[in-house]
Amino acid sequence: MGCGMGKSELQLKKCDRVSISAPGACSRLQSQPKCHAHCEAATAIRAALLIQRWYRQYVARLEMRRRCTWNIFQSIEYAGEQDQIKLYNFFGFLMDHFTPASSERNLISHIFRENEICRDIEWERYFCYKSIEVPESYTGPHLTFPMTFCGVSKLMEAFKHKQQLHARYVLQILGETWRLLRILPNINYVSVCHNQEITICGDLHGHLEDLLLIFYKNGLPSSEKPYVFNGDFVDRGKNSLEILLILFGFLLVYPNDVHLNRGNHEDHIVNLRYGFTKEILGKYRVHGKKILKLLQKIFSWLPLATVIDHKVLIVHGGISDMTDLNVIERVDRHRYVSALRPTKMSQQAVNGSKSQNSRNGEAGGPVEGRRRVYSLTHHSPASAQRHNPPRRSLHNLPISNQLSWSLEDELKRRRRLAGFDQSYGEMNKSESDSDSEPAGTETDEQEWKQIVDLLWSDPMPQNGCIPNEVRGGGCYWGPDVTEEVLERHNLQLLIRSHECKQDGYEFCHNRRVLTIFSASNYYEVGSNRGAYIRMGPDLVPHFIQYQASRTCRELTLTQSVGWTERSALRALREQLFVHKSDLISAFQEFDPNNTGMISLRHWASATETVLNLGLPWRMLRPQLVNSTKYGMVDYQQWIRELSITEPKLEISDTSILETMYKNHSNLETIFRIIDTDHSGSISFEEFRQTWKLLSSHLQTEISDEAIADLAQSIDFNKDGSIDINEFMEAFRLVDLSAHT
Amino acid sequence: MMSQTDETPAVAKRRDNNMAESNNQSAETKLSDVHKRIKAAFETFDNAANNTVDVREIGTIIYSLGCFPSQADLHDFIAEVEEDHSGYIHLDRFLPAMTKVLLEHKFPPIPKDLLLQAFEVLDKDNKGYLEPEELTKYMTQEGEPFTQEEMEEMLTGLADHERNVIYYKDVINQLAIDPDM
Repeated sequence: MGCGMGKSELQLKKCDRVSISAPGACSRLQSQPKCHAHCEAATAIRAALLIQRWYRQYVARLEMRRRCTWNIFQSIEYAGEQDQIKLYNFFGFLMDHFTPASSERNLISHIFRENEICRDIEWERYFCYKSIEVPESYTGPHLTFPMTFCGVSKLMEAFKHKQQLHARYVLQILGETWRLLRILPNINYVSVCHNQEITICGDLHGHLEDLLLIFYKNGLPSSEKPYVFNGDFVDRGKNSLEILLILFGFLLVYPNDVHLNRGNHEDHIVNLRYGFTKEILGKYRVHGKKILKLLQKIFSWLPLATVIDHKVLIVHGGISDMTDLNVIERVDRHRYVSALRPTKMSQQAVNGSKSQNSRNGEAGGPVEGRRRVYSLTHHSPASAQRHNPPRRSLHNLPISNQLSWSLEDELKRRRRLAGFDQSYGEMNKSESDSDSEPAGTETDEQEWKQIVDLLWSDPMPQNGCIPNEVRGGGCYWGPDVTEEVLERHNLQLLIRSHECKQDGYEFCHNRRVLTIFSASNYYEVGSNRGAYIRMGPDLVPHFIQYQASRTCRELTLTQSVGWTERSALRALREQLFVHKSDLISAFQEFDPNNTGMISLRHWASATETVLNLGLPWRMLRPQLVNSTKYGMVDYQQWIRELSITEPKLEISDTSILETMYKNHSNLETIFRIIDTDHSGSISFEEFRQTWKLLSSHLQTEISDEAIADLAQSIDFNKDGSIDINEFMEAFRLVDLSAHT
Repeated sequence: MMSQTDETPAVAKRRDNNMAESNNQSAETKLSDVHKRIKAAFETFDNAANNTVDVREIGTIIYSLGCFPSQADLHDFIAEVEEDHSGYIHLDRFLPAMTKVLLEHKFPPIPKDLLLQAFEVLDKDNKGYLEPEELTKYMTQEGEPFTQEEMEEMLTGLADHERNVIYYKDVINQLAIDPDM
């Protein structure tokens, strides 16, 4: 006899009646009748159901937090990229409209100036490594040429032990690479032999440990083990150069089996902002500039795409509705040194550079230049306005209807704008143009667009093809475009990279587009896995995922989400802090009676208006706003609670500081542009000019006194020059809560 | 309502807001708040900003709104709101369905003590903890079974690192329901 009568029998009946999907129906679990097998089993099932339900809910909440964190990182990343383009477009505009005498123009003109030397043979002399001596004291690896497998292995070992390759050998490898790349076609056609598999890797971004992990898991490149590396080898991580040297090393040893595609970060202008330039100059104080110049050439010579068995297309970014591989095949790819190269100098502004440079492809008429900026954002106004713009897009500013405008008006208007959109390009197009267009500008423009689209585009779920306003270059393309382009070229799969994915890879467009991303922990330790693809003759992709760094492999889901989240929130708080004046103004608009309090709804709305990151502020609110009373926020206090500290500086005019923080990256980019000899430091005068330049770009007026003051306060070396790195360090914001 | 003649505008405003947020909130405001919460959660997964989300994310969204549906509940819900097996769910259909769920408290949270009882049922020998194998057996074979991946994650997350057992009382407290949800 097991169950008692009455009560337990009642509960037994309850067990029978309870259905799986009515969780609340049974208010008490029966734990008594252990001898009643039926009831026991049913109870166990219900217990299991409860636990499963509870646990799934917990995991889902974590997933929600993870997704929010991801959105934060991505928004900030893309906003940064957008900034870069805006800044560069602005320079282009200045270049177009300022007379040669203008000091601003001179400051930045060198980046648009033709190269002094025009022919490759002269370049080779310039890049020659032979005069560089390797001292006895050098403890790094010695290389012999031609490059061998042993040589590359030696290189890898050295890098594993944190050694640095001597500049002589760097230039030597780069020189050899340059020579090889010049004979490669724009598109590499590859075949997978019947017993082979090809390995395809995505973005590495200077993460050496990921590359080494891939080689460890998958084996080194060889004739039996072909590899495709799909761009973005550099920037952000701190071993960009080491990755390049290893990849180039293997390319030299196995030129038929190692294939490199150019990514949007293989671009010296982008490198100014995202760390590669800084890395090189830091590692090679004497020869850094030469190395950078040679890399600039190498990047422009990197192939644009790889095709496997005429069926699988591999490019870094993606495609557009205009993508035509026949056109791509024919372009002189090395003429397109940077996707961000803005306008050409107008005829009168050519600083006496040799005219034969224009043959070399780095010059052109002013019209062509303007058109290029125009097409950088894949202009298609009608469709862009019809869609709801992706949340992360620029302010959707009304396109100016003015047809008659003066230069001053235009500059004023730009100062008012927060940034740039298609209207800029449109403005340029609408101005009357008396310059004759050289024949071939039409073609150049098309080619330009083809290349930028390949390197910068992202897929989107909806049909169509619209400008990629988030990144500022390339487009967003839909599944219909995928179908059309693939079919037109008789292809079956598009493999691309360019976007970080949580699991290292992701399919979209009915599995016709595959994103592969190989830099694990990209945003933060634990943020994402990296992955690579192995593909045999059947052309079916197989994925291998990994995460570098033992620490994060051992993290539980909770810990890794928490860690990444804290990091994202730090980044976000910093963004909020640097915009505090604007935020307070926006809050005050909702607080006409000056109570100091606003509702959470208004808080969310104002924050989004100011930051324009397209983030779900309501969801993030609990993480960002600690104290609320009856749904109201004391906004002044909240800003104080962001607990970001600024460095204490002895300067009289502190208004300059907020501009400084807000434009941290822009400022650094401008500094590096101005630092023409790549010495890492600029003079006081250049410093002053930088601020003047920045103030034309923004709407802030910056007084000469404030600038002089600032310069004085951070002249650490007291020698009249400013070390860029030290300067940027001095202005780093510190998040106090980083230690909690 | 007290006289407003001696109140400063600031105080009056605060009072008004306080009252609005109290339990005597008008049904309209409450509804509007519910809508905002739902939209905020939905937005997080609406990558293309076109008011649709992938159907596979719906579970996460519903859970994150503080609900505890079973898998069967989810299937039923999805069947109601999915756009003809397109794989997408539009906000237009999600919003009313989810609002109903929230206002009617359709999938209420599991009380802690009930959860504890559930674990105790599985802990036949009354040890105070569960061996990974025990838990795995139930989670992957009974009820609405976990996938291998889900199971591995659960073990990694819940098991005590040294003893490699699951002290369920501690775990329940650790993973307490977020009051903000």
